[in-house]
Amino acid sequence: MNAAGFPLLSLLTFLPLAGAVFIMSVRGDDATVAANARWTALWTSLLVFALSLILWFRFDTSTADFQFVEQIDWLPEFGVGYHMGVDGMSVLFVLLSTLLTPLCILASWESVQTRVRDYMIAFLVLETMMVGMFCALDFILFYIFFEAVLIPMFLIIGVWGGPRRVYAAFKFFLYTLLGSVLMLLAILAIWYRFGTTDIPTLFAQPALPTSWQAWIFFAFLASFAVKVPMWPVHTWLPDAHVEAPTAGSVILAGVLLKMGGYGFLRFSLPLLPNASAEFAPLIFALSVIAVVYTSLVALAQEDMKKLIAYSSVAHMGIVTIGLFTFNQQGLAGSIFQMLSHGVVSGALFLCVGVLYDRVHSREIARYGGVAKIMPSYALVFMLFTMASIGLPGTAGFVGEFLVIVGAWHASPWLAFGAALGMILGACYMLWLYRRVIFGRITRDDLRALLDLSPREYAVFAPLILLTLWMGVYPQSFLSFFEVSVAALIQRHEAALSLPRLAGIAP
Amino acid sequence: MNWTLAMPELVLACAGLAILLVGVIPRANMNQIVSMLVIGALLLAGVLLLGQEDGIAFGGQYVADAFGRFMKLLVLVAAALGLVLALDFNEREGLAKFEFPVLLLFATVGMMIMVSANDLMSLYLGLELLSLSLYVVAAFNRDSGRSAEAGLKYFVLGALASGLLLYGTTLVYGFAGTTNFTRLAEALNAPESAPTGVVLGMVFIVAGLAFKISAVPFHMWTPDVYEGAPTPVTAFFASAPKLAAIALLVRVLMGPFGDLAAQWHQILVLLSAASMILGAFAAIGQRNIKRLMAYSSIGHIGYAMMGIAMHSRVGLHGTLLYMAIYLFMNAGTFAVLVAMRRGGRTVERIDDLAGVGRTDPAMAFWMAVFMFSMAGIPPLAGFFGKLYVFLAAVQGGVWWLAVIGVLTSVVSAYYYLRIIKVMYFDAPAGALDARPASLSMVMAGAGILNILFFLFPAPVLAAVQVAVAALMG
Repeated sequence: MNAAGFPLLSLLTFLPLAGAVFIMSVRGDDATVAANARWTALWTSLLVFALSLILWFRFDTSTADFQFVEQIDWLPEFGVGYHMGVDGMSVLFVLLSTLLTPLCILASWESVQTRVRDYMIAFLVLETMMVGMFCALDFILFYIFFEAVLIPMFLIIGVWGGPRRVYAAFKFFLYTLLGSVLMLLAILAIWYRFGTTDIPTLFAQPALPTSWQAWIFFAFLASFAVKVPMWPVHTWLPDAHVEAPTAGSVILAGVLLKMGGYGFLRFSLPLLPNASAEFAPLIFALSVIAVVYTSLVALAQEDMKKLIAYSSVAHMGIVTIGLFTFNQQGLAGSIFQMLSHGVVSGALFLCVGVLYDRVHSREIARYGGVAKIMPSYALVFMLFTMASIGLPGTAGFVGEFLVIVGAWHASPWLAFGAALGMILGACYMLWLYRRVIFGRITRDDLRALLDLSPREYAVFAPLILLTLWMGVYPQSFLSFFEVSVAALIQRHEAALSLPRLAGIAP
Repeated sequence: MNWTLAMPELVLACAGLAILLVGVIPRANMNQIVSMLVIGALLLAGVLLLGQEDGIAFGGQYVADAFGRFMKLLVLVAAALGLVLALDFNEREGLAKFEFPVLLLFATVGMMIMVSANDLMSLYLGLELLSLSLYVVAAFNRDSGRSAEAGLKYFVLGALASGLLLYGTTLVYGFAGTTNFTRLAEALNAPESAPTGVVLGMVFIVAGLAFKISAVPFHMWTPDVYEGAPTPVTAFFASAPKLAAIALLVRVLMGPFGDLAAQWHQILVLLSAASMILGAFAAIGQRNIKRLMAYSSIGHIGYAMMGIAMHSRVGLHGTLLYMAIYLFMNAGTFAVLVAMRRGGRTVERIDDLAGVGRTDPAMAFWMAVFMFSMAGIPPLAGFFGKLYVFLAAVQGGVWWLAVIGVLTSVVSAYYYLRIIKVMYFDAPAGALDARPASLSMVMAGAGILNILFFLFPAPVLAAVQVAVAALMG
C-alpha cells in the first residue's frame, strides 16, 4: 500500500514540528539562539523537502487512487480516523509547500532580526499544518490542519508585520475563521448523515440529497471563497499581504490561497456534484468579476505588494473558473495555474522583498531606474513578471491557456472574461515593471544599492528553474493529476446522470 | 443502609473538621501546612472515589455512579488547583489565614453531595453547604471594599436563587408527592399528564441552578463577583462550582424530569443561546481581564448547555467533555491571572499584559495556548469540546443554535485574540514580578494537556463514555 515503505507523509508533516521543538529548547544569548534557530529551521525544512522528493519519484501517475496511505484509529466511536494519503491532485501541493518553506526561511535570513527563534518556530509549525492539510484524508483531520494554519500566520503577520499589522492580522484571522466555522457545521452534517468523515469512504457513498447539497455547498463556499479569495470577500488579502513580512506573503500567496482551491477540488466538486453544477454560473460570475475588478484595482495601486496581492485575486479567479468548468482542460488548467501561481507570485513577493530589504519602502514611486544599478535583479524580476502575465514558455501561460480552453467549452463569454484578465494582467504588471525598473534614477540613495547577493540567488534559482520548466515542458507536472482529474469528471458526470434517470422512471 | 458508599464525602468532611482543629495551633506558617493537609485530603478523597462502587445510600438520598465519579473527580481537581493558585497569592496579599483552605474543602464536600444528590433535599443541602462557603471566600479580602461588595452581592443574589430553588422544590413535592429522584421519574413517566405545578417547579429549579452556573439571564452577579473576589477565588468560582452545578443540572434533567424533555429543551436552548451571545458580545468592551473572563465563562457555559439541551447521548458526551476541557483551560488562564503582579501589587487590566511575549516568553506562550484553546482553534483541546456539542446540536436538528454557536465563537475569538495581541504585538509595559514555581507548574501542566489532547483523546473520551452510559443507559 505504502510505496515508501515507511509512514512518509506523517514524517513530512511532523518533522518540521520536531524541528520547532528543538529550536524551542535552544538556550544561550540572543545571537547564538538566533543563529541556531536559523540553521535548524533551514536544515529541517531542507530535509523535509528532500524527503518529499520521494513523492515525486515514487508516485504512480497511472492511477487516481490515494497513495502512500496511512491509517490509524483516532476517535473510533465517532468514525474519525487519522488517515493520510495523496493522490494526483494533492501530491504537487505537498511538494510546493515543502519547496517554498526553506526558500522562505532563507529569504528571511537577514531581514528578520527580532525574535528570530519565534519566527522560525512559527514557520516550521506552519509547514506542518500546510503539509498535513494537503495529506489529510479525513474531513475532521483536514479541518484541524486547515484552521490551525491561522495560529502561526496570525503571529507572523502580527509580530513581524508592517505598521498596520494588528489590523491586518485580526482581519485575516476573523475573516478566515468565520468562513471555516460554517464549513465545520457542514462537516458535522456530513458526519451525521454518513457516520464517518473518512474521505475515500465518503466518495464511495451515494450523493447527498439535492436540498442538503445546496446548504453544504454554501457552507463550503463560505470557507473556501474566503481562503481563495473570491470577490467580494477578498478584502483581507491586500491588507494581510501588505503588512506581512516578505516570507509571510510568499507562503500566503504560494500555499494558503491554494487551500481554498484545493478545498473546492477535494470536497465541493466530488461530494456535491449537483450543487456544483447548479451553482457553477454563480461561481463563474463571481470569478469574472474578481478577474476584471481586481485587475483594474491593481492598476491603481501605488504599493508594490498591494498590486501583486490584487493580481493574486485575479489569478485565483481564473482558477475558480477552471474548477467549475468540469472538463479535463479546465480542471487540469486550474490545478496547474494554482501551482504556477504558487511559484510565480511567491517569487514576485520575494522580488519586492529584495527591494524592501534595501530601501525599506514598497512605494512604486519611490523607485525608478533600478535596472541600471541591479541588472541581475531586473532580469529575475522580468522573468517573473512575464510569467505572471502568462507569456508562453513560462509557467503562467500553460494554466491560463488551459483554463480559457476549458471555459470556452462552458461558454465563450466566460472565456472572454478570463482572457480579459490576461490582458489587464499584462497592463498592470508591465506598468509596474516599467515604473520600478526602467526610467531615470530619480533618487540618489538608489545608486548605492547592491545587486543580488549569493543568498538571494540561491532563493531565486529554484523558482526560476521551475518557472521555465513548467512553461517549457508542462507535461511532467500535468501527468501527475491527469488521471485523477479524469476520474473526478467521470464521477461527476455519473452522479449528474442519476437524477435524470430517476426522473424518467415512473 | 449502605453508608460506606459515601466514604469519599465522609472522609473529606471528617478531615475538614480535623484540619480545622489543627489550624488553631499557633504556628507561623499554619496556612501552608493546612493547605497541604487539605490537598492531601482531596487526594485521598479522589483515591477513595476511584474505588467506589455503584449504589444508592441514605434512604435514596445519595447515589453513587460512574457519572458522579467522573464529575467529582473533576471537582476535586478544580478545588486542588484553586488551592494551589491561592497558596502563594494569599501569602503575598496578607490573606494567609488557615480558614481559607478549610472553607474550600467544605465547599468541595458540598459540591460532591450535589453531584451525588438523588433527592431534592440532598440537592439543597449540598448546594447550601457550597454556597455558604463561597459567600465567605468571596469576601475573604475583608479590608477591600470590592471584595466585601462581591461577597455581599453574591450572598444576596445567591439567597434569591436558593429561594427560587426551594420554591420549585416545594411545588414539585406538592404536586408529585415525593422529592426522591427515582420516584419522581416514575411518577412523571407520562409527560402529557404531568401536572402544571410540577412543570412550574421544574422551571424554578432550573432557574436556581442556572444562577449557579451563571447562565444568561441569571448571570448579573458574575462580572462583579469575579472582579471583586481575590483572583484565586475567582479561579475557583469559575471552575469547581460550575462543574458541580452542571452535573446537578444534568442529573435533575436526565433523571426525574427526563420525560419532560420537551418542556425543558426549550428553556435550555434559550439559556444556551442567550449565554453564548452575551458572553461573546459583552466581553468585547472589557478592560479588566477578570471581568473579561467572567463574560467568557458565561459564554462557555452556553456551549456546555447546548449539549444538555439536546437530551441525547452525544449531547451529554459533548457537555461532559466540554466541562473537563474547560476546567483545564480555565485553571491555566487563571494561573496567568494570579501571576499578574507588578511592584508587589496585583494588576488586572488587559493592558498590563503588554509585551509579556518579550519579558516573559514562557507565560505568554501558555497564555496564548489557553486563549487559542478557549477560542476553539484546532488542534487545541477547546476545539474538541466545541466540536462535540456542535455535533449534538446538528444531530438534534437545532441548526440555528449550532449556527449561533459557531458565529459567537468567531465573535469571542476577537477578544481572546486581543489578549494575544497585547502580549505579543504591543510594546512591553514593564516586567511582571517573578512568579512562584507553583503557578508555572499549573500553567505548564494545563498547557500541555491543552496541546496534547488531540494526540491522546481516547482515555478521556472513554471516561466520558462510561459516565454518559451511567446516566442514559
